[in-house]
Amino acid sequence: MDNILKSEGLCKSYLNKKALRGVDLDIMPGRIVGLLGPNGSGKTTFLKIAAGILHASKGKILIDGTEPGVYTKSIVSYLPDNEYLLKWMKVKDAVKYFKDFYADFDEKKAKELLEFMNLDENSAVKSLSKGMKEKLMLSLVLSRKAKLYILDEPLGGVDPTAREKILDAIVNNFSENSSMIITTHLVNDIERIFDDVAFISDGEIVLQGNAEELRRDKKKSIDELYREVFQ
Amino acid sequence: MHIEFNDKTPIYLQIMDIIKMDIVTGKLKAKDKLPSVREMAINLKVNPNTLQRSYQELERLGIVYTQRGTGTFVGEEKNMVNDLKKEMAKEVIDSFILRMKSLGFTDNEIIKSVSEETMEVKKNG
Repeated sequence: MDNILKSEGLCKSYLNKKALRGVDLDIMPGRIVGLLGPNGSGKTTFLKIAAGILHASKGKILIDGTEPGVYTKSIVSYLPDNEYLLKWMKVKDAVKYFKDFYADFDEKKAKELLEFMNLDENSAVKSLSKGMKEKLMLSLVLSRKAKLYILDEPLGGVDPTAREKILDAIVNNFSENSSMIITTHLVNDIERIFDDVAFISDGEIVLQGNAEELRRDKKKSIDELYREVFQ
Repeated sequence: MHIEFNDKTPIYLQIMDIIKMDIVTGKLKAKDKLPSVREMAINLKVNPNTLQRSYQELERLGIVYTQRGTGTFVGEEKNMVNDLKKEMAKEVIDSFILRMKSLGFTDNEIIKSVSEETMEVKKNG
């Protein structure tokens, strides 16, 4: 099987700051990969390059065998770590916006997810709490039939019960035909859904492997390993 | 269903243990159908691939079998339940002996304390 994402020696500099210093990462189809690192380690930069929003300074990245561009954007569903829904929108406008934008958007699935998340179609986006907004954006992103889902901090800033709900939605809607890359620093809450993990520190991958094998070999949870690597 | 996992050991092994335990205690009987991978993954909030691995390992050990298109079932081997019971008992005893030894007990002292305790349990019901 060919990998859905392959990066080799990926570098990114902002003026004189190096955000990525040669990242090698492979993601196979049907896998959920955790990209774990503290703030400023380069997680978001890497995801933005994979999503086709930023260009790499050096090295290469292929999504489904293709460099980021129009095709890859059509098969990548990206949840950014900031808000991008417009203030005037109601929830149903946001759904329509996604439907117009993406050919692979499944409106029926979106309706199911919104219901699961207890989101009212007629609520105004600006009236939603931070956790509700996070749930809305995740619902929209998961309603696409993408080959690769990129979720940047899907648990950021939401309370523990909302976190459970979000995790449930991710597990329920994951299909074997797609892959996911998820960044987080809340490792404890989410480590059970990772197939593989990669620890990123200061723009470099410092440790990566199969989550179960790491647990077995190091006799530690991924959360403990994270604390060890980044203490 | 909510199960507390210990994230320090592989989750697929813990799921295997849960299923083995259900077989030994009779909660699952020969030819019983196991929940589908997806169903169980959602219930346990774990990655479906992890569950797939648990089922595959159980199948490799001959504890369950898969029928194409219909699902995964508990094996019908006659001695399986007994073998599983023995195997799980061995694990319990091994770790018990190890811990007793680290407390400084000799083999004879361990045996003596076990027989004393079982007498005690018998007496008190």
